[in-house]
Order: sequence, then C-alpha cells, then structure tokens
Amino acid sequence: MAGSEDIVRFDNVGLRYGIGGEVLSDLTFTLHAGRFYFLTGASGAGKTSLLKLLYLAQRPSRGAIRMFGGDVITLPRARLPALRRRLGVVFQDFRLVRHLSAFDNVALPLRLSGVREDELRQPVADMLDWVGLGARSDARPATLSGGEQQRVAIARAVIARPELLVADEPTGNVDPEMAVKLLRLFEALNRLGTTVVVATHDVHLLRQVPDSLIMRLDNGRMSDPTGALRYPPRREPAPARA
Amino acid sequence: MRAPSVFARAIGRGQAGLAGARAARVLPATRLGGPMPWVIAIMAALTVLAAGGALALANFAERTRAGLEGGLTVQIVEADPAARDGQAARAAQALARQPGVASVRPVPRDELARLVEPWLGEAAQSDAVALPALIDVALAGPADEARLSRLRSELARVAPAARLDPQADWLGPVFETIRALRWLALTLIAMLTAASAAAVWLAARNAFDANRETIEIVHHLGGNDTQIAGIFQRSVLIDSALGAVLGAVLGAAVLVLLGERFGALQSGVVESGSLSTLDWLGVALVPVVMVGVALLTARRTVMVRLGRML
Repeated sequence: MAGSEDIVRFDNVGLRYGIGGEVLSDLTFTLHAGRFYFLTGASGAGKTSLLKLLYLAQRPSRGAIRMFGGDVITLPRARLPALRRRLGVVFQDFRLVRHLSAFDNVALPLRLSGVREDELRQPVADMLDWVGLGARSDARPATLSGGEQQRVAIARAVIARPELLVADEPTGNVDPEMAVKLLRLFEALNRLGTTVVVATHDVHLLRQVPDSLIMRLDNGRMSDPTGALRYPPRREPAPARA
Repeated sequence: MRAPSVFARAIGRGQAGLAGARAARVLPATRLGGPMPWVIAIMAALTVLAAGGALALANFAERTRAGLEGGLTVQIVEADPAARDGQAARAAQALARQPGVASVRPVPRDELARLVEPWLGEAAQSDAVALPALIDVALAGPADEARLSRLRSELARVAPAARLDPQADWLGPVFETIRALRWLALTLIAMLTAASAAAVWLAARNAFDANRETIEIVHHLGGNDTQIAGIFQRSVLIDSALGAVLGAVLGAAVLVLLGERFGALQSGVVESGSLSTLDWLGVALVPVVMVGVALLTARRTVMVRLGRML
C-alpha cells in the first residue's frame, strides 16, 4: 500500500451552475495517495459534478481545491494540461473519438504525452487484449457495443498509468463478469500507486475491493462512512464495509 | 491473462508536440472547410495579378523617370524666323558649354513640322505658322532647381525668347496617376489578404465547432492549446497551400499572357513595365505569404476559442 500523502484536498467547496442553487455544498475531504475510493449516492446527488471538479473540467464556485500539492483554483490555465496528464478519466458517456479506431482511442493519451509510435504499439495492444478487445482494435466506436465502448474508454483512461484515476460508473454497461475483471484492472493500477475514485451506485461492487473507502453524496453534501476523508483523518483509513 | 505491459513501464508525461501524421489522426481526415481552398485560390490569383500590376507600374514609372530625369526642352518662342534661328544657335552653343550638360540637340525644322503636322496639316511645313525652335538637352544628372536656375540665367543672356522646361514636369500628372494606381494595387492586395484571412477564420471556426466534442476529449486527456491548434494548422496548411499554389499558378499564367500581348505591341513605353526575375520572385512569395497568413489566422482563431474553455 502506498503512503498516506494527500493527493487531493477539498476545503469547503461549493459548486453551482449559473444562477441555480448549489449542486455541491461544503465539501471538505482529503484523498490519500494510493487509496481506492468509491463515490456513491443516489442519482442527482452530485457524483458527476464532483468528478468534474476532480478531473478539472469545472472550477468550483467557492472553496479551495489542492491537487498533487498545488492549488488548482489559482493555477494558470496554461498549466492545467500538465495536471490533466496525471489523471485518467472514464466518462459516463465514454467520450470516445468517433472517427478513431479502438487502438487510436487508447493510444491518444500516449500520443499527447509524446510517446513514440514504436513504443506505444505493444502497450496499447496489450491493454486492448486485457479488456478483451484485442481482436477489435481496428473497430470504430460506432461498431462497438456499449460495453465494448466502455472497455475502450477504461483502457484509454489507464494506459498512461495515471496518478489519479476518476471513473464515472465504469461498469454500468458491462456484464458482471467483465465488471469484476475491470475492477481487478483498477485494483492492479491501485497497487502500483494510482489513487482510484470510482463513482457507482452498484452496492455489490463495493464488496469487491476490500480495502476501499467510501464517500457518499446526499443532495450535494458529503457524508463519510469510513471517517477517513476528513483532514486530519478521524482515524487511520480502514477497510470499507459495504 | 497477464497484466498489460504498460503498467510496468514509466510513461513520459512531457509536453511533446502532437504534430504530423500523429496530429492528422486526431481530427477526421476531411479537410477544414469545403470551399476554403477555392476561396484561397481565387484570392491568390487576384493577389498575384494585383502584385504583378503594381510591380509593372513601378517598373514603368522608374524606367520612364530615369529616362526623363535629366531631360530638358528649350523652346525659342519668337515670331521672326531670323531672330528665332539666331537665338536658337546661340542658346545651343551656350548650353553646350555649361558644366553637367551631356548633350545638346537642336530639333531640325522638318522634324518639328512632322511632329505637329497631324494638328496643323500642310501649314506646318510653311513659314505661315510660327513654330518655336526646340532644343533637346540631356543633363548628366537630375535636373535640380540650382542647375535649372543657372541654365535659365545663361539662356536669358544669349536668347531672351528662350523657355526652359524639365521634361519630367510634363509627365508629372502621369507619375501621380501611376503612384495612385500603385497604392490602389497595394490596397487591393491588403484587402484580398484580409478577405483570405476572413475565409480561414470562418472555416477554422466552423471546423472547431464541428469537432468540438473531439477537441474537448483531447483537452480532457491533457492536450494543450498548442497541440490542439497544431491539429487545425495542419489542415489549414494543406487546404491553403493547395489553394494558394493553384491560384498563384493561374494568376502568373494570366500575367505571362498579358506580358506577351503587351510585348507584341512593340511599344517601348509598355515594355518598360515588364517584370524582372526579382519581380517574379516577389510574385512567387504571394502563395507563401497567403499560407502564412492562413496559418496565423487559424492558430489565433483556435487559440481564442480554446481560451474560453477551462
């Protein structure tokens, strides 16, 4: 297990879209490096909004967010791409590039990072094999099923070995066997030091990762069933109980 | 199944540029905007014509001015033929003695009569019409005011009926017109360049909107503005280069054709406006400049729109 260095810290964060009410309120928590987190909550509780803050698609309306030791609120826009390259994101709607093959979609983060073509070919092929799509590497997203698209999206998110992986309902479109397999992939990544945040409303999934911590959102407010999210933690992070 | 090998290797996370064939994979293989290459081609052809015209006018003005710069005409306006011829002879002798005078040529009476015959008819050949005596004078340098003043003083002494006119003065209005036409051509070039930039701006903006989803994905995956702008620049480079080269070739062909037509007139004045090798090199720069303007416009357009994203 990695050490307990803070990788993300939210202080009194609130988020509103336009002039509406806050969809996230008073969020104060810390994510520790190398831990596995589940983010749960009912539909509309604010899970996707919180994930948007985590993968830097949105700035909060108030409060402070520190990520990888830096203040992301005051960070100049030009420095955000470097921060984003330390993240892996699995979007709820997959967000695959439609005109690219599965291979090119998975290779995209590596190409953006400047990895040479001859260096990325094998890892991308291995990753597609791992998610069971080795034979479909040339297929365009439109010809893939929902579950296959989701696996391509997951492969793309983890291929560059991110420091923080944020996944929004990553197993929503796959069968239970593949869901478990994908979770094993996240765990493998987690064991290598990646902090993983998986948003899900599937309570059965929580049992699959014994060392995970649970964050629960209710109407935009965070509850902390494990007590490990506060800063400083109320106690040492303990294995989650579903 | 073994874990993917990528987990075992460190992946560099530099800010290396996404360029060339790698960039080409990110956006659909279609070019930026259907009519853009054709718009650029038309603009390039018109710009080449305007540039060629401006250069030809500049050459014409320069060569004509150089030919007339030191030219003077002395008229002896005297009704009495004997007095006129006497003053003309004295004036020619006096001018020939002046420093800085390269040549002095009294215009023969019959040559003068032939010149005015179309207007005066047969009468020009007789003494019934008192034509002035003319002397062509060529100075070694330009006809500046100090020289003219000195020559006028000398002429006043030996030939009181003499009037001295720098030849360049006669063509002053022509030179003014040429200068105005050159400015017009330059303004036309500037307007065509601006129109080309506007076409690229529209195409880049439309392409940005059409590919917004892809751009957002690349953005979220850590693509920086320079990388994303580079993707568009590649498309613009291909589109604008195709259009600019095609247009420039067409424009140059028209210039060559016009040059041959004017050359067939065998008029020294027209030929003085022909384009030199250096001029053709200047014309060849038109497509290069247009591609450069297109690239800068596309980059600026995309960067501004990216700037609105977090």
